[in-house]
Amino acid sequence: MIEARISKSFRVGRESAGFNLDIDFRAKGGVTVLFGPSGAGKTLTLDCIAGFERPGAGRILVEDRILFDADARVHLTPQQRQCGYVFQNYALFPHMTLRRNLEFAADRVPRLERHRRVNEMLDRFRIADVAGRKPYEVSGGQKQRCSIARALIGAPSVLLLDEPARGLDAPLRADLYGVLRQVRSEFKTPIVLVTHDLAECLELGDEMLILRDGRIVQSGTPREVVDQPANVEVARLMGLYNLIPAEIMALDPARKSSRLRIGESEIQGPYFPGHLLGDRVHLCAMPSRLSAVPRLGRPGPHQIAARLLRITPTANGTRLEFDNDIAVECAAPDPQSAKPNEEWFIELPPSALKVV
Amino acid sequence: MDWFPLWLSLRVALISTGIALVLGLGIAHILAGRDFRGRELLDAAITLPLVLPPTVLGYYLLVVFGRNTAVGRFYEWITGSPLVFTAEAAVVAALFHSAPLLIKSARAAFESVDRSYERAARTLGASEWRIFWNVTVPLARRPIAAAAALAFARSLGDFGVTIMIAGNIPGRTQTVAVAIYDAVESGNGALARILVIVISGIALAILALANRLSPNPFGTRRPV
Repeated sequence: MIEARISKSFRVGRESAGFNLDIDFRAKGGVTVLFGPSGAGKTLTLDCIAGFERPGAGRILVEDRILFDADARVHLTPQQRQCGYVFQNYALFPHMTLRRNLEFAADRVPRLERHRRVNEMLDRFRIADVAGRKPYEVSGGQKQRCSIARALIGAPSVLLLDEPARGLDAPLRADLYGVLRQVRSEFKTPIVLVTHDLAECLELGDEMLILRDGRIVQSGTPREVVDQPANVEVARLMGLYNLIPAEIMALDPARKSSRLRIGESEIQGPYFPGHLLGDRVHLCAMPSRLSAVPRLGRPGPHQIAARLLRITPTANGTRLEFDNDIAVECAAPDPQSAKPNEEWFIELPPSALKVV
Repeated sequence: MDWFPLWLSLRVALISTGIALVLGLGIAHILAGRDFRGRELLDAAITLPLVLPPTVLGYYLLVVFGRNTAVGRFYEWITGSPLVFTAEAAVVAALFHSAPLLIKSARAAFESVDRSYERAARTLGASEWRIFWNVTVPLARRPIAAAAALAFARSLGDFGVTIMIAGNIPGRTQTVAVAIYDAVESGNGALARILVIVISGIALAILALANRLSPNPFGTRRPV
């Protein structure tokens, strides 16, 4: 259990803009992901927990132990905090073998126990056969596993990871996720992970906090957050959605439907509880849940007209981008040999539309 | 041919470099570490001997270590003999002449070590002392060795400070630099030439060594 209330201000400097970090969260066991764009304060939060930075105010508790309390003037050193930290560059000591790296970390473990513990970790993280090598002599995946093993060997009360997957290619990334899932199930250590990769949140996160400009803008399980972003800002941060400005023209609770004006056209939408006639909202729709057809006749009740701008191949099919900033993803590699500048109808099925 | 000045110079340079390493690494580490009030002033004070005329530095040392000062009397009380105009004074002269160079280079060496290594060591529970000796110094060992080599070479070449506080007593405090001056003054061209060639060769060899040591494979900003 981690409880953190942290605020820290940086004044405007000669070469830096001012920044205020002001966050408050509780994390139970499992993996808590801090998600947000660069400069949102994710790493700063991690550094406050680890004790590299001193917050201006607030309190940090890990497993009921006070690491920092501004009012009581408690500020434990990083050495006293027992936080495992996995750095973006792994920070394995380059002049030591992998085994020495682990031994360095196990210094507080009694001497007789130490050797056994180091061997156990080398085995568990599949680096026993390269234990005698220096970090620059082993693969990226081995370095990664060694740095996680090193952070865990002292049985920390929390494991902090700063963008561990940044700059990794796909297989190495998959490898890392496997190791982290192993850590989650074998060690009961709570994990706090910083990332700006949404796929990573969904893959690993039990709980997700979205940070922006030093504050938490939404929290919940990754599924909840992805399904229902709290506001336009969050939806935009995740980069998953079309955000379509619309006006609610009619609401019919009996038929569970609504009429929405999008630009010049009107479509039938789902009923939106809690919204009023005349509300200007943003519709939130995943490109993969929409479809598009070349213009033919009059638009259907769920269709709007748009001009096709770009056709881009994606890993799963094709992405069509239209002049009203809507994107549609379809499985077909090249839907009906589409050409740019043609008029199309975009189909917005009511089930795909959410209001933020 | 009297080789005493050369041996004395080498001994003086070796001892002063050793002392400079012990004191200098500590000071350099403090300067490279967390920002504190007066850090740059301290750095400037340490750099001062590099830019002052050696005679000025020697004058200061005479004032501080002279037989009538508290420091000088304390030294005499401990060791039983005065400091000025002894071989030990030559060590002090070389130390003050060369330590600033070592501290400056060691500070840069420490600053070039990626901070995440020290941070990682802290989260692993290592004491600052252990981090310094097992992480920071090993990671900066090549530039530090290069700095020590340069400091050694500079100690070897000191003239001004040495003549101010150690004097020119043949067979006791006469270092190579002073001996060369003495030889030229007294018209002993042959001796001067030999000493000049030998000292140039040694200095060249040390500089080549320092250059070989300078590229730092570990402590660069780009971590492995």
